[in-house]
Amino acid sequence: MTSNIVLSEVEYNVVGKRHLRPDGVDKVTGRAQYGADIRLAGLLAGKVLRSPHAHARIKSIDTTAAAAGPGVHAVVTAGDLPFAALTREELGGDYQRLKFANNHVLAADKVLFKGHPVAAVAAESQHLAEEAVKLIRVEYEVLPPAMTVREAMEPDAPLLHDDLYTSELGQLSERPSNIAAHMAFATGDVELGLTQADLVVEREYQTASVHQGYIEPHNATAFWNADGQLNIWCSTQGPFVVRTNVADILRHPVSRVKVTPMEIGGGFGGKITAYLEPIAALLSQKSGRPVKLLMSRTEVFEASGPAPGTWMKVKLGVTREGRITAADITLAFEAGAYPGSPVMQGAACALACYDVPNGRINGYDVVVNKPKTAAYRAPGSPQAAFAVESVIDEICEELGLDPVEFRLRNAAKEGVRRVEGPVYRRVGLVECLEAARNHDHYRTPLEGENRGRGVAAGFWFNRGFQSSVNLTVNPDGTVNLIEGSVDIGGSRATIAQQAAETLGIAYDEVKPTVVDTDSIGYTMVTGGSRTTFATGWAAIEAAEDVKRQLVERAAKIWDTPIEDVEYADGVLSHKSDPELRMTFKELARQLLGTGGGVTGVSNVDPAGEGNSFGVHIVDLEVDPDTGKVTILRYTAVQDAGKAVHPSYVEGQMQGGVVQGIGWALNEEYFFNDQGQMMNSSFLDYRMPTALDLPMIDTVIVEVANPGHPYGVRGVGEVPIVPPLPAIGSAISHAIGSRMRRLPVTPGAILEAL
Amino acid sequence: MEAIEYTTPKTLAEAVQAMADKGDRARALAGGTDLLVQLRGGRRSADLIVDVKDVPELNQISYDAQDGLTIGAAAPCYQIYQDPAVAANYPGLVDSASLIGSIQIQGRASLGGNLCNSAPSADAIPVMIALGAVANIAGPNGTRQVAVEDFCTGPGRNVLESGEVLVSVTMPAPQANSGASYLRFIPRNEMDIAVAGVGSSVVLDASGQNFVSARISLASVAPTPVFCREAGASLSGKAVSDEAVEAAAQLAMADAVPINDMRGTVRQRIHLVGVLTRRTLNIAIQRARGEE
Ligand SMILES: Cc1cc2nc3c(=O)[nH]c(=O)nc-3n(C[C@H](O)[C@H](O)[C@H](O)COP(=O)(O)OP(=O)(O)OC[C@H]3O[C@@H](n4cnc5c(N)ncnc54)[C@H](O)[C@@H]3O)c2cc1C
Repeated sequence: MTSNIVLSEVEYNVVGKRHLRPDGVDKVTGRAQYGADIRLAGLLAGKVLRSPHAHARIKSIDTTAAAAGPGVHAVVTAGDLPFAALTREELGGDYQRLKFANNHVLAADKVLFKGHPVAAVAAESQHLAEEAVKLIRVEYEVLPPAMTVREAMEPDAPLLHDDLYTSELGQLSERPSNIAAHMAFATGDVELGLTQADLVVEREYQTASVHQGYIEPHNATAFWNADGQLNIWCSTQGPFVVRTNVADILRHPVSRVKVTPMEIGGGFGGKITAYLEPIAALLSQKSGRPVKLLMSRTEVFEASGPAPGTWMKVKLGVTREGRITAADITLAFEAGAYPGSPVMQGAACALACYDVPNGRINGYDVVVNKPKTAAYRAPGSPQAAFAVESVIDEICEELGLDPVEFRLRNAAKEGVRRVEGPVYRRVGLVECLEAARNHDHYRTPLEGENRGRGVAAGFWFNRGFQSSVNLTVNPDGTVNLIEGSVDIGGSRATIAQQAAETLGIAYDEVKPTVVDTDSIGYTMVTGGSRTTFATGWAAIEAAEDVKRQLVERAAKIWDTPIEDVEYADGVLSHKSDPELRMTFKELARQLLGTGGGVTGVSNVDPAGEGNSFGVHIVDLEVDPDTGKVTILRYTAVQDAGKAVHPSYVEGQMQGGVVQGIGWALNEEYFFNDQGQMMNSSFLDYRMPTALDLPMIDTVIVEVANPGHPYGVRGVGEVPIVPPLPAIGSAISHAIGSRMRRLPVTPGAILEAL
Repeated sequence: MEAIEYTTPKTLAEAVQAMADKGDRARALAGGTDLLVQLRGGRRSADLIVDVKDVPELNQISYDAQDGLTIGAAAPCYQIYQDPAVAANYPGLVDSASLIGSIQIQGRASLGGNLCNSAPSADAIPVMIALGAVANIAGPNGTRQVAVEDFCTGPGRNVLESGEVLVSVTMPAPQANSGASYLRFIPRNEMDIAVAGVGSSVVLDASGQNFVSARISLASVAPTPVFCREAGASLSGKAVSDEAVEAAAQLAMADAVPINDMRGTVRQRIHLVGVLTRRTLNIAIQRARGEE
C-alpha cells in the first residue's frame, strides 16, 4: 500500500511544514483544562430535567418540592426566562424567532422532542441536584409525534407548532404546517435539457439522523455577579456566538457577557448552539453562586443537534457520451423541533461538482419531533452527495463509463456557474480526479468475490467570515499571538505558521493563545473549514501591521525616511546603506527604549469562497452470510489549496472519512414508536472503532486558492462528503443490488440479498 | 446515584456474611464492568458493594487433567486467555474471553460477572454451556452446584438467592478428539452487543470422521442463553458432513425466540443463528481434529 502524498506547487519556509503543536504537551499529559475541570469557590452543580416524551403539551410544572429539597439553591423553568414577560406586540417581527430560541432552551407550553429541557436545578452537589430534579412534577398531555420528514409533510400530520407557516418563495402559507420553508434554485431550462438526454435516471434516497459523536459532552459554567457581569466558561466552537445567543435569550447586553472557551474535545459543528449556557446563567442569577452543568452521553444524543435525516429525489439526464444535460432535484430535510435544517447548503452543494447547464433544486425544511438539528461537517452536503453521486454511479454502470472519466467530462472548473449563482474562480476538482485516476489504488484492479469498488466526489464552499488577531512583539524577539479561534484541529499551529511565515521568523518564535470574548475582536466559529483560512488571514494582516510598525521604528532609529527601510525574511535593512541592518530579534530588544512595544492588530472578513473538492476511492467486501461490510482499502484525494500543516490536513481527511464510513454503514438514531431514542449510548450508536478501519490513504492536491495570500482553502468539511456515496456504490457493486437508504446496515444487506 | 457502602472481604466466609447481612441490597463486585455502569445509569441500586476481588477462591485458575478447569468467579478475562492450560485445552473459552469488550474491559471483566449479570447477550455463557460447565455457589446455608444452562432465569435474573455468591465455574477436562468454538455477530469488530452468538462443542471418534456428541448454545435470541439440547443430540453418532451440520443448524434456529430491537430483527437473528451454528461447529470439528 501507498501512504500519504502531498502534491505541492509552492514551497514556503514555515507554511507547509509539519511542526509540533503548541498544545501538544498539555494534551498528552492530561493538563489541558476542559469545561468539566472548572472549580470555583462556591460552585454549585446543576441538573436539567428533560422531557420523556417526543411530543406533549405541558399542563403544569410543580417545582415546590424540588425547591425545598436538601442543598437546593435554585430551580428554573421557562417562566424564569425574560421572554416570559415580553409580549408579541413588544417584539413584533422578532417574536417567533425569539420564541423558538427560548423554547429550545427551556420548553414553555410544549415539549417537542425526548430530552427537551423542561426545568433545571442547582444544588450543593451533583447527587443532590439529581435527587432534587426527581421531585419536580410535570403533567403532560402526550401527543402523537411526527418523526420523519415524509410523515411530517403529510397534510394530516401532527403539527409541532400551531403558529408555523410555510415560507414559500417569499410568501407565507395560509395554514400552519410542519414545512417551515420551501426554497428553490434554478438555472437554464430543465425540460429542454431532459429532451437532449439519451438517458434519464430518476431515483429516491433516504438517510437517517446521525450525530457528530464528539468525545467531550457539552458543559457550561456560569457566574452572574451581583453587578450584572455574566461570566461563562464552556466547550464551544464559537465563544462569540455563545455570547450573542446568551445575550439574546437573557436580554442582557453583549458587553456584560464574557465567554471563555475552554479546551474542546471535538465539535464537528455540534458545539455552536448554546444549550446549557443560558440555563446555567439563569441558575446562577437566581442562586447568586457559580453553577456548572454537564451533559451525560445520553443527553448529548437526545438533546444536542444531530445532522438531519433526509428524503431526496434526483433526476439526471445525460448524453450517451456522458455529458449531463439536466438535473432536477428535490431535497426534504428534517430540521428537528425548530426550523433551520441545512437544506439550503445541501441544495447548493448537490450539483456543485459539475457543470450543469440546466438544473433545478427544490428544498424543504421540515420540523419533526427530534432534537433540533445542528451543523455537522459540511452540513447538508453529504446527504445531497449520496443521492446525486449514487445516480451518477448508476448512469456510469448503465452507459459503461469509467466513473472518474465521467466526472472529468462534467467537472466544475474556473468560470463554471453553480446552479445557485456563484461562478468558480480557480478550483482543483480536475486535478483531484486526475490524481485519483493515477493513484495506485485506482490502477489496481479489484479482485475477489463479494467485493465492490466505489468512487465519489464532494464539495464544500469554505467561506471566510470575521476573524481577529493581535500580535505583540516580546523583547526576546518572540511574538504572542492572541486569537479568538478555538483550536479543534490544530489551528493554533496553522495560524502561528502563517504569522511566522509573514514575519520571516521561526515557527516556535510565535506563541499562540486562545482568549475570551473580552480580550480579542469578534471571531466567528471554528467551523465550516474557515479557521486556518480566515484567522490565518487575520494573522497575516496582523503580521503585516507589525512589519509596518517595525519599519517605522527602524526608520526612526536610523533617522531615515520610512521609504528607505525594507523588511524581508525577518531582517530590516536600509535600501542604500548596507551598514544599516537589524534582525527582527535585534530590533525587538530595542523596542521598549525607542518608543514602546509593538502590537499588530487585524480584523478581517475575507470575501469570496475557497472552494474545495475531494475524490474518494473505496474497496470493500460484503460477507454474504451476515451482511457485514469490511472496508479493505480507502484513498481520499483532496485539494487543500496549500496544506499549511500537511499532517493536520491528513488528519482532517482521515477523520472525515471515518465519520463518513460510520454514517454510511451503521450510525443512526433508532426511535421506538413513541419517538423515543433507543440507542443513546456509544454502545448502541455504532460509530466505527479503530478495529473497523483500514489505514486511510490520503493525497493532498495543492491548487492555490487565488483568494488567500498563501493559497489556503479549508479542508475540514469536504472529506465527510464522498464516503457516503462511495461506500453506497461499492456495496451495490459487491451485492449486485442498489442500496438507496443509509445506513446500509448488515440487516439491510441481508434483506437485499 | 447516591452514596453507597463498600467492603472488601478477605475470605469467602466474610464475603458470604456481608452479602447475607444486607440481603437484596448488597451486590457483589468483580470487575464492575456491568455493575458500575448500571449503578451510574440508575438501572440498579444497592446499599452495599461487596468487592470480591480479594477472596482467594474467587480468583484462582486451576487445571488438572482429572478434575478439569476451575475458574474463580472474579478472575479477569486476560488472565484466563493468557493461562497456558486454558489456551491449550479450552480454545473455545479463549474465543469468548478475548472478544468481550476491549483490551481495557478484558483487564477487569470476569466470567463470574458475565454469568451473574445474566444478560441474554452474555458472550461467555454459551461456550460455558457448550463445555458442560457447572457453577459453584456459596451462601449462608452452605454450598451448591448448578449447571450453567440452568443458571439464568430471565434477563438479569438467575438462581442466586439473597446472600449467595458465585465462587467459581468448573469445566470438565476435555475429552480426546474434542473441540469447541464461540462466535458472535456484531456489525462492528468490537465494543458491541451480540446480535446473535453461538457456542458449540463437539467430541469426535478416534477417526475424526464421526460425532460422538455435541453441545450447542445460543446468545441474544431469547430472554436467557439457550441450550439447544436437540440440535446437539442430533449429531451424536452421525458422520461428520455438511448435511449433519446443516440439520443441527436448522434445529438450533428452531430454538431461537428473539425480539426485534435496535440491534437486530427477528428474521436477521434467526438467520444468524444458522450461519453461526454452521461456522462454530466447523471450527470445533477442525479443533477436534487438531487441524487448527
Ligand atoms: C465497554 C463494555 C463492553 C462490553 N462488552 C461486552 C461484550 O463484548 N460481551 C459481553 O458479554 N459483555 C460485555 N460487557 C459487559 C461486561 O463487561 C461483562 O458482562 C463482564 O463479563 C462482567 O464481568 P465483571 O467482572 O465486570 O462483572 P461485575 O460488573 O463486577 O458484575 C456483574 C454482575 O454480577 C454480579 N456478580 C459479580 N460477581 C459475582 C459473584 N461472584 N457472585 C454473585 N454475583 C456476582 C454483580 O453484582 C453484578 O450484578 C461490556 C461492558 C462494557 C462496559
